[in-house]
Amino acid sequence: MSVESGGSSAGSARATDGGRFGRGAEPPSEGKHEFAVIGRPLPKIDAWAKVTGETRYADDFFLPRMAYGRLLRSPHAHARIRSIDATRARALPGVYAVITGADLPRVKFGILPVSQDEEALCTEKVRMVGDAVAAVAAVDEETADHACRLIDVEYEPLRALMSIEESLAHPEVRIHEYGDGPNVHKNVALQFGDVEAAFARADLVREDVFFYEGNTHLPMEQHAAVASAGPDGKLTLWSSTQTPHYVHRLLAKILEMPAAHIRVVATPVGGGFGGKLDPFAHEIAACRLSQLTGRPVKIACTREEVFYIHRGRHPVLMWIKTGFTKHGEITGCHLRTWLDGGAYGSYGVASTFYTGVINPVTYKIPVYKFEGARVFTNKPPCGPKRGHGTPQPRFALECQIDKAAEQLGLDPAEMRKRILAEPFTKTANHLTVTTIGLGECIDRVVEASGWRAKWGGWRSQSEGASAAPSDNRRRGVGIACSAYLTGAGTAVYWNSMPHSGVIVRADRSGGVAVLCGATDIGQGSDSILAYLPAEILGIDPKDVHVHPADTSLTPVDLGSYSSRVTLMCGMAAIQASQRLREVVARAVARKLEVDPGALAFRERKVGVPDDWEKAVDFAQAVELAEAMHGVLAFAGSYAPPKRAGKYKGGGVGPSPCYSYSACVVELSVDEETGEIELHDVWIGHDIGRALNPLLVEGQVEGSVYMGIGEALMEGQVFRNGVHKQPSLLEYKSPTTLETPEIHTFLVETDDPEGPFGAKEAGQGPLLPVIPAIANAVYHAVGVRCDEVPITPEMILKGLELRRRGKAARVGPERIPRFTFKEPVVVESAFGQPADAIAVRPFAQ
Amino acid sequence: MIRLPAFTYLAPRTLDDAAAAMASHGAEAMLVAGGTDLYPNMKRRQFEPTVLVGLRAIRDLQGVRGGARDGITIGAGTTLSAVAAHREIIAHYPALATAAGLVSSPQLRNMGTLGGNVCVDTRCNYYNQSYEWRKAVGFCMKKDGAICLVAPGSPRCWAVSSSDTAPVLWSLGARVRLSSTAGERTIPVEALYRDDGIEYLAKQPGEILTDVLLPAADGWRSAYLKLRRRGSFDFPVLGVAVALRMDGRVVGDARIVIGAVASQPRPAPAAAAALVGERLGRELITRVADLAAGPAKPLDNTDFTHPYRKKMTRVFVARALASLAGLEPAGRPAEEVA
Ligand SMILES: Cc1cc2nc3c(=O)[nH]c(=O)nc-3n(C[C@H](O)[C@H](O)[C@H](O)COP(=O)(O)OP(=O)(O)OC[C@H]3O[C@@H](n4cnc5c(N)ncnc54)[C@H](O)[C@@H]3O)c2cc1C
Ligand code: SF4
Repeated sequence: MSVESGGSSAGSARATDGGRFGRGAEPPSEGKHEFAVIGRPLPKIDAWAKVTGETRYADDFFLPRMAYGRLLRSPHAHARIRSIDATRARALPGVYAVITGADLPRVKFGILPVSQDEEALCTEKVRMVGDAVAAVAAVDEETADHACRLIDVEYEPLRALMSIEESLAHPEVRIHEYGDGPNVHKNVALQFGDVEAAFARADLVREDVFFYEGNTHLPMEQHAAVASAGPDGKLTLWSSTQTPHYVHRLLAKILEMPAAHIRVVATPVGGGFGGKLDPFAHEIAACRLSQLTGRPVKIACTREEVFYIHRGRHPVLMWIKTGFTKHGEITGCHLRTWLDGGAYGSYGVASTFYTGVINPVTYKIPVYKFEGARVFTNKPPCGPKRGHGTPQPRFALECQIDKAAEQLGLDPAEMRKRILAEPFTKTANHLTVTTIGLGECIDRVVEASGWRAKWGGWRSQSEGASAAPSDNRRRGVGIACSAYLTGAGTAVYWNSMPHSGVIVRADRSGGVAVLCGATDIGQGSDSILAYLPAEILGIDPKDVHVHPADTSLTPVDLGSYSSRVTLMCGMAAIQASQRLREVVARAVARKLEVDPGALAFRERKVGVPDDWEKAVDFAQAVELAEAMHGVLAFAGSYAPPKRAGKYKGGGVGPSPCYSYSACVVELSVDEETGEIELHDVWIGHDIGRALNPLLVEGQVEGSVYMGIGEALMEGQVFRNGVHKQPSLLEYKSPTTLETPEIHTFLVETDDPEGPFGAKEAGQGPLLPVIPAIANAVYHAVGVRCDEVPITPEMILKGLELRRRGKAARVGPERIPRFTFKEPVVVESAFGQPADAIAVRPFAQ
Repeated sequence: MIRLPAFTYLAPRTLDDAAAAMASHGAEAMLVAGGTDLYPNMKRRQFEPTVLVGLRAIRDLQGVRGGARDGITIGAGTTLSAVAAHREIIAHYPALATAAGLVSSPQLRNMGTLGGNVCVDTRCNYYNQSYEWRKAVGFCMKKDGAICLVAPGSPRCWAVSSSDTAPVLWSLGARVRLSSTAGERTIPVEALYRDDGIEYLAKQPGEILTDVLLPAADGWRSAYLKLRRRGSFDFPVLGVAVALRMDGRVVGDARIVIGAVASQPRPAPAAAAALVGERLGRELITRVADLAAGPAKPLDNTDFTHPYRKKMTRVFVARALASLAGLEPAGRPAEEVA
């Protein structure tokens, strides 16, 4: 795999200067390209532990007297609970405790304040196969397992609703009593400008229907938690979670105990991807069981349970209508989405908005209307998965653009370049975009892939390019682009506190400790928390001790989601490090009798560059500072700029800045078997600045890999109310053999909002992969797959249609009969200049 | 984690001890070789033996003996990695090396044995599921229940023979040696199988498969193509084994055996017969492929749709024949890199 990076010109038209805490954090005496740590391909600070198997995940925790817990889960997709009798289980030797919902306070909870619809252990109804109804703590897992089988639950089965259509067609069956209508969790409509007028201005108006099947995160590490209630009445939970802070808040509510008496520690997370962002039954049950037994209790979920915990990609049905001029410019766009939410709210309200609000960030869409509805079904709840709500509409828009390009006779790469959003402007839906490196991303992948020769104009589609005349395989290339947020601009609960906090502490050892609530889920946030202070203080990242994700010790960070960590923790870490640096500089300046501003921090020394022999060791510098100032512990805080659009729903979508990606895929399709083989993926990603190109490359490749799975095979599929294949073997996800060569190009736009100019890398690069594959399939064999995953069966069906002289399109035929809300009508803010970057909260 | 149930593990060092252990523990006991099929199945409570008779310590079950000229004998305990890498097998029984090398994943092939692969349990996606899952759906007759969920109303189980090597061994005319306290017998591999998802082996439970015997290579050429979603890891949902011997410019003899479309490997004798005495050309191949696909009756209990698997039978037979005829490369069977 190859990576290249380079500076960009596309994003350089800057509205304001970055200020002290953005790029401006560079040490004054060191030039832009002379960083000691930033931009270097260093190993992750936890790399050694990971590769040698030393990392201690939640399931590796063993405490004295620890009991093992297990959850009894519902075998019914939808049923009323008549009774639960645990007598036989309690009598089993080795069983310490059995609890049901009756042993927990009767409070419903949910990650979003507007969707408080979950119970850790269901008391009245189960809403999916896998809903937990009871929990056991026992001497070992086998006994706990056995005890679960001895719990007698009497159910009254209810009709299970397993699809959007079914749930809408049966309003008499209610999965929940709340929501925006029978089985409708959320119904939203936003309008920015007059779409009908925009369509009237267009030379071409397309309406298309797409379907994106749901899929799951598939982290290697299965969820696990250990709870320990102390004799002092306090409670500690170690859990594989992406968001210890939210779990902490909700545990206090669920267990009805003061948050001050609860400590949540996130253990190293073996993959999250959004699947460990809610409070879960196993965590809550472990806590309660520990309180009741006085023993630490561990609950480690099985792979099958992880499929039921889910919170993964929503299946989304989409209708999209877009007007194009003959040059390819978009005059307006109207998008409708129906989300299959599964059994609970989770992040669903946010997901619903996300299916609509990010599309306008990529291209010039002057007028925009979005209607979305999330429907409850009796399946594991959907939620945030890498790209949260945006891969689905991205697939729809990018495939539609491809179709429009063909009708207009335009090169789809050229067409996209022509319609790129303008840096430092607002979108129709009032989102402020800053730098945009997408044009360069497109240039890089177009050039590297040999796009022009390979694409070669819109050919008659019965004439796919084939390697050899006798070969059944036809080659094709496809292109798509995307944008993604670098951190959600608002927290999941309303507050005006920092989104992230960092404490940097130094002492005479010369070591620096960094405390931050952020959780490293494999993306490398712990490493970022070492690199940034090391850069600013001129020390080696190895001298930094990172202490993450412990609600008793570390300042609050909201969690590892929405690609917010590097930016938000990074900014807080920069601020805290700067504060430390100032104090150290003052002390050293006094000793050397120079101006503090003249000092450089590098090579573990502090001194004046021109008189470097006099420079003092960092440890000694800290000693001087400690003597002068007292204990050296400095805090940094970060909250994103407040730029939400002033309309209801405007809180979802704003972000300090957006990353951009462009992707070209080359593949071949076997016309006899329908099998697709990927050859190469070229992906350009506007990263703002690669703080560590190696980590960015890892995130980009991981995203591409995950996108391939969603495009070609992964599907959360149900049969008779039950997940059809809840196992790593039968839930098909690509292996290394299905992963083609990935060529990564990093484009640096040096964004004024990001730490040293950095944007996100963890999610955005997934987005263009799926439509690029669909577009390449069309280029290869002339079959339009308006549905993912694209299976061999679909290809053969498309080819068969073509043979019969019909439109070779495979995808959903209908959209549900459904009335959306009256839209919130707001004027389009399209093209307005971005507001000058105001002083950020907590900047002083 | 799903836990294995408790069981007693016996590790006999000789075949006789193993046979005796099987005889004395009766229906409570099962044989285990690499355990790559049995242990996961036990975790899901598809089997609940209380005694396992391990074969790994028995020397006599290891290794490949003999040569292609007179036929070779492969100990049942030989790992799939060893079979796939064996020079004589690669050179003279290439389909077997291919099939062994396409089983599951490199790690599992290092543990999994040829004997275990020949005896591997039949599969069905209503059955290869945890106890809790099967309970939620309703147990089926293969384990804990009374009906078939794929073909309700059917008196039998249609779980799918999912061994990669079985159809190849059948097409190569292999025989297997079985040993028990009652003595030893050698039978053609096809006599080992029955078309029943539950009782898929026509041997006594106490009989140990000790060797696989391949006849002299004698000019036979062979090919194996496997259909699965991914290039590794996945069981076959269709396996096509073709062996043929040319007689001058025409086909002298041929066997076609299709795997993973029924509860046992399914031979296609009419198709094979149509090859004999003919020159291997494209037209003939198309005709033979149609004939071979005829008997394949996959049901909807594996990955991919069953009409697709049926359709692919024709394509895969044609491709296997074409590759043996030197007409085209053999598709993409061997994606696995060991
Ligand atoms: C993820 C995964 C993927 C897999 N993919 C494939 C695949 O693609 N193709 C495939 O064919 N298989 C596959 N398998 C199944 C299995 O790995 C292989 O079939 C392997 O060859 C089994 O050999 P073993 O020695 O491990 O058998 P074991 O698990 O030890 O035994 C399997 C069965 O054979 C019996 N048995 C074993 N040895 C003897 C003997 N000498 N005499 C009599 N009975 C015996 C056992 O009692 C048991 O019933 C897969 C398994 C897993 C877990
Ligand atoms: S074929 Fe029928 S009986 Fe056999 S395992 Fe499948 S569902 Fe059960």
